Amino acid sequence: MKSTFLALYISVLSFLPSGVSAGGPAPDQLIDKLSGDVLEILQTNESLRAGETTQVVGLVEQVVLPHFNFRRMTMLAVGRDWRDASPEQQKRLMDAFYNMLVRTYSNALTQYRDQTVEVRPLRASPSDKIVKVQTEIRQPGGQPVTVDYVLEQRADGWKIFDIVVTGVSLVTNYRGTFSQQIRLGGIDGLIRSLEAKGQEFTPRPGQS
Amino acid sequence: MRAFHSRSRAFALLIACAVLIAGGCASVPRNPEDPLERYNQAVFSFNERVDKAVARPLATVYDTFAPTPVQTGVGNFFGNLADIWIGFNNILQGKVGAGLSDWARFLVNSTFGIFGLLDVASELELQKNDEDFGQTLAVWGVGEGPYFIVPFFGPSTLRDAAALPLDGAGDPVWRMAHVPTRNTLAGLRIADKRARLLGFEKTLDEGTLDKYTFTRNFHLQQRRAKVHDGKPPMEYEDFEPDEEASLVPAATQPASDERSAAGRL
Repeated sequence: MKSTFLALYISVLSFLPSGVSAGGPAPDQLIDKLSGDVLEILQTNESLRAGETTQVVGLVEQVVLPHFNFRRMTMLAVGRDWRDASPEQQKRLMDAFYNMLVRTYSNALTQYRDQTVEVRPLRASPSDKIVKVQTEIRQPGGQPVTVDYVLEQRADGWKIFDIVVTGVSLVTNYRGTFSQQIRLGGIDGLIRSLEAKGQEFTPRPGQS
Repeated sequence: MRAFHSRSRAFALLIACAVLIAGGCASVPRNPEDPLERYNQAVFSFNERVDKAVARPLATVYDTFAPTPVQTGVGNFFGNLADIWIGFNNILQGKVGAGLSDWARFLVNSTFGIFGLLDVASELELQKNDEDFGQTLAVWGVGEGPYFIVPFFGPSTLRDAAALPLDGAGDPVWRMAHVPTRNTLAGLRIADKRARLLGFEKTLDEGTLDKYTFTRNFHLQQRRAKVHDGKPPMEYEDFEPDEEASLVPAATQPASDERSAAGRL
């Protein structure tokens, strides 16, 4: 349980910028590039060390989003009730879920301490449309933590739609809580809870 | 002394209440994943208070005053001690090779790694494993039982909680005869482990709708993954039939379920 939360942090670090344009690289190369770029930014960014994450979060929204299939992530987090949601509800779910994940990883950024990432060679056949890229995060003095990225091939390249930290799927792990909310107040109830959570923690100027 | 006495009595009372509540609730389980939910909720908030009052401040002090190389050494030191029991459990699970590798790690790190302060074995590609007696029981076929939060310890299951005393017996720190040394080391280990998690409560507060449920799902999924040595079977459903074309199941996997649009890994 313990070391995994750290891994959770590091894994979300990979939302960070990369120069790779969608469509090109193989999935393991993509993850390797993302991890490398992320670590470089963390090692060089002074403001981040001081607990200031807003700047990095801005970069994320421009650059990293292309490598994620956010619609699929939200769909997996919501579960089968996704089918009953109107397009407008789906849009609001995606926005609110996105904001929640951004909050999670902007906290995570401040937790970085000399970890290194090793990307394992991809074991998949060229015809696979869904692949899992396995990585291991090594931290000084702590247990290594496995972080797997699940990607699917789409017209515009490989897109990440789940992150599996020590065997725990981050996206489907939300499903329990989400379906609880839906049982209580329907899809609109879930949207309200997510949006309220966002209001509660809207970053104020000067805070991370 | 008196304060301590009344505190431990209050604690015993709390446990007694919690068990009663759980018992009363067991007949009408609301969540099949969590039949002891009311007991668990009570212990969850109790543990949160203990963490806030003791573990978190301890870890904060440690994190503030111990430089990074010291923290690394401390983490390696306790990790090294743990390798003995980890190796034993690997052997009990029939993974003799892995068990011997764990013991080789212990030998290498205790000597070349200066009493385990350096993790030389990992540099030599002797991989660090994660085993405990709860996982051994699982491999032997014992079901996990209901989710069960242990006071002071945290999330567990009935099976894993029952294995805790044995894990304690296999823990070199707890077996130490010299009590002050034992307590100091145990305290340091708690501080080190907790320090690695500082800030995560903020993530749980802000990144989840319900801390309790999220923690439970995370713990249960993670334990199941550990039992499978980090390779649990995983499956992704698709809730958008129009996207079916892009979600063909991996060719190498047998299509063992009826959902045609599911991706398996």
